[in-house]
Order: sequence, then C-alpha cells, then structure tokens
Amino acid sequence: MSARALSERPRLRRPGRMKYDKARQSEMLLLPERVVELNEAAGAILRLCDGNRSIAQLIEELETRFGQTGLENDIVEFLASAEERGWLELCP
Amino acid sequence: MSVSLPYALTAELTHRCPLHCPYCSNPIELQKRENELSTEQWLHVLEQASDLGVAQVHFTGGEPLLRPDLERLVHRAREAGLYGNLITSGVGLTDERISKLSEAGIDSIQLSVQAAAAELADSIAGFRAFETKKQAAERIRESGLPLHMNVVLHRANLHQIEQIIELCADWGAQRLELANAQYYGWALRNVNQLLPRRMQLLEAEAAFVRARERFGNRMELVWIIPDYFEDYPKPCMGGWGRLSLTVAPDGRVLPCTAASEIKSLTFENVKDRELSWIWHESPSFQAYRGYDWMMEPCRSCERRELDYGGCRCQAFLLSGDARAADPVCIHSPHRDIIAKRANSTEQSKIGEPVFVYRGISSDQGAEATILGS
Repeated sequence: MSARALSERPRLRRPGRMKYDKARQSEMLLLPERVVELNEAAGAILRLCDGNRSIAQLIEELETRFGQTGLENDIVEFLASAEERGWLELCP
Repeated sequence: MSVSLPYALTAELTHRCPLHCPYCSNPIELQKRENELSTEQWLHVLEQASDLGVAQVHFTGGEPLLRPDLERLVHRAREAGLYGNLITSGVGLTDERISKLSEAGIDSIQLSVQAAAAELADSIAGFRAFETKKQAAERIRESGLPLHMNVVLHRANLHQIEQIIELCADWGAQRLELANAQYYGWALRNVNQLLPRRMQLLEAEAAFVRARERFGNRMELVWIIPDYFEDYPKPCMGGWGRLSLTVAPDGRVLPCTAASEIKSLTFENVKDRELSWIWHESPSFQAYRGYDWMMEPCRSCERRELDYGGCRCQAFLLSGDARAADPVCIHSPHRDIIAKRANSTEQSKIGEPVFVYRGISSDQGAEATILGS
C-alpha cells in the first residue's frame, strides 16, 4: 500500500466486523473462521475504517484523541499490513 | 492454573439430517428431536456465550435448517455481537429462508459438497442433494453473502480433488475446506472403507498445493490433515477447554464436538448449569487442561506444548484411556492400531467401498426428511 493516497477511504472487508469484548476488555476483529484480538492502537484505527473517513481524516482524529503528532507513518504502515492480511479494502 | 476464554461456540442445533454420509463424525447414538433444546434455551446459551467472551458461533448439526427457529437464533447472535456462520448441506435453503437468514444477520454460510459431480456426490450422501446444493450456492451468492464450502475427502472422492476445487470456484466459493475424513462417531464404523491409499493421498495433497498457488487470494484453500498418515497428532481443538466449546443438541457442553464419545467423563448440561461455570469449573472441562493429566510418553515430551498430546477423543476411542497419547503419534504404545489400518488399504484387492449409510436402516434414530421447497 506504499503508494496509497491519503485521500483513500479504508473499510473493513466484508464479512469482517469489529466487536468490543467485555470479558477480555479488548477490541476483536471477527473474520470467517478467525478471530483477531487487537491491541488498543490497532482497535482504535480499525474502528475508524468505515469507508467514509479518508486516511488523512483518520490520522487527524487519532492524533487528536491520543494527544500526539507524527502518527502518520505508523498508521499508514499498519493500514498497509492490515490490507495485506485481507482485513481491509480501500475505496478510491 | 489460569483458564483462557473461549473464542468460538459450535451450536449443534440438531442431529437430524437429510443426508446419510458414511463419514459423519456425529455419534452413533443420535439425539432425537424431543431431546433438543428449545428456542428459549438456545437464546439463553447465545447470550451466555457472548458474556463469556465467545466471538463466533457456528450453527451446525445435523442440518440446522431443520430448526424453524434458526433465524431467531441468528438474530440473537447478531444482537449479542457474535459473528454467525451457518454450516449446512444446502437442503432446505430456499429463497425465502436465505432472505430471512440474511435479514437476521448471518455473516457467512458454509455449504458442504460430497464430490465434483452428481452421480458420485449423491451416492456418497445417500441422497439426491447435488442439484439442490448447486441452487443453494447460487442463492447464497445472489444474496450477497460470502459462500464458503467444505468437502470431506476419503477414498471414494480423493481422485476428484482437482475437479472439486474447480467446481467450488465455479460456484463462487471464497473459501474451501478440504477436510480429510476424521474417524469419530459414524465415520469410525466405516473407517476401512474410507481410508485412502497413501499414494492417492500424496497425489491429492500435491494437487491442493498446486491449486493454492493458482488461486492465490481468489479462493482460500484449507487442507485439513489426514492424521492417520502423519507421524505426530493434530493439536486437537488447540488444547482441551482452551479456545472453543460445543453445545450438543440436548444441551450438553463439550470441549470438542466428538467428546461425547469419551464415556469416562460426564458432561454438564446448559439446562442445569450456567455456561460460565461449565467452562471455568466443571470437571469435564478441567480434565485435560494444562499438562498435569498427561501420561508418558506425553508428560516428558518436548512436543507436548505443540500438540497437547493430540486428540483426547481419539485416544479414548482407540486405547480406552482418554489420557493416553493420541495413537497417531509415533511414540504412542498404540500406534500399531493406526499403522495397521493405514496399511490395510495398500493391498491390491480393495474394490469399490461398500458404506454403512447413516440413518437409513430402521434401527437408527436419524430421520431422512425431504424438505419441500
């Protein structure tokens, strides 16, 4: 995904879905035949991948929420690996 | 010892099934309709499962479509945030039902197929289901739901593996489980008819590897190992009472779908106990957690954390002791049972398999219900 534009809008690839698991107090990504238990950062990023927000918006929102700057590289890298694993697809 | 939380629930809604597959791994003694949990009881199970940490529910059976309340259960699972997967023969999957299931929030459907063409497929299933399955696949695709498929592989269909993979791709499958037969329940009765020749298996596995290369991301291919031909056992269920649980049609809660065959254990029922207690505290779930229960050669084996000593059900069925090493293991003192069976198929005299079909003779509880469309 190295050449992805920040204007692209990622969304979870169907039928993947997020679940907040009360018992474990963590975000989980539910996929066919698979469950991925996510750390806090990964959960926060994937929650915003709704096909409406652009990558740029998503970065801005997360930087505001966590009170940090310079998250772009980490977020873009995570999105690339999530896409490679088949969790995400990109809307142009 | 700390107990992990389960990720998946296998909800066996019924043992009733229109098919009569000789490789069926459900128990010889099937639960009858009158022993099945009620709708209310299943709804309560789904809620308890979600609270316990379960994320996925597999609705299976028998044929889960024989339960008219399936859509209600799917809906409740979705409300509880669970990913719902339906495992079906496709018999009874009418337009009306698929649209109701879709509305109720089913996430994916896994459709079984028995072979690459009607004649062989129907003779394995003991029922004319092939055309119905083809229509079911079309309906699933038209509804926009992901189609997953599975085939149980054995001596009578392994030679068709390439055509089976092509068929599933043609029907629009996104995922195909190529599951070599496992010998539990009814399948164990037919083991000598189902076991393939070693060469047949090697050719089929090579075909699978080629196909996986060819299809790449277009269709996910999964190979479930023929454990009788391995040197080491499968890490069954990823460890006893560790990742998942099964609720049988009568409400008994099992660490593995085949566990009801372990007669040395008593399994608790959701009618009597809370699911959380059963998972965390019940003697049957505690029985083979961790490593303290192990006997030699598992106890001191360096592979014990890789395979947990293999399958408890297989150990019980073949050695009489569920704590024994899975007889598949080359270090098991019972390995000769597996070796003899696996080698018996190498003799040249073997002809066409003669199966004992599930639920056709009158002494079986299973019903051969043909569903109207």
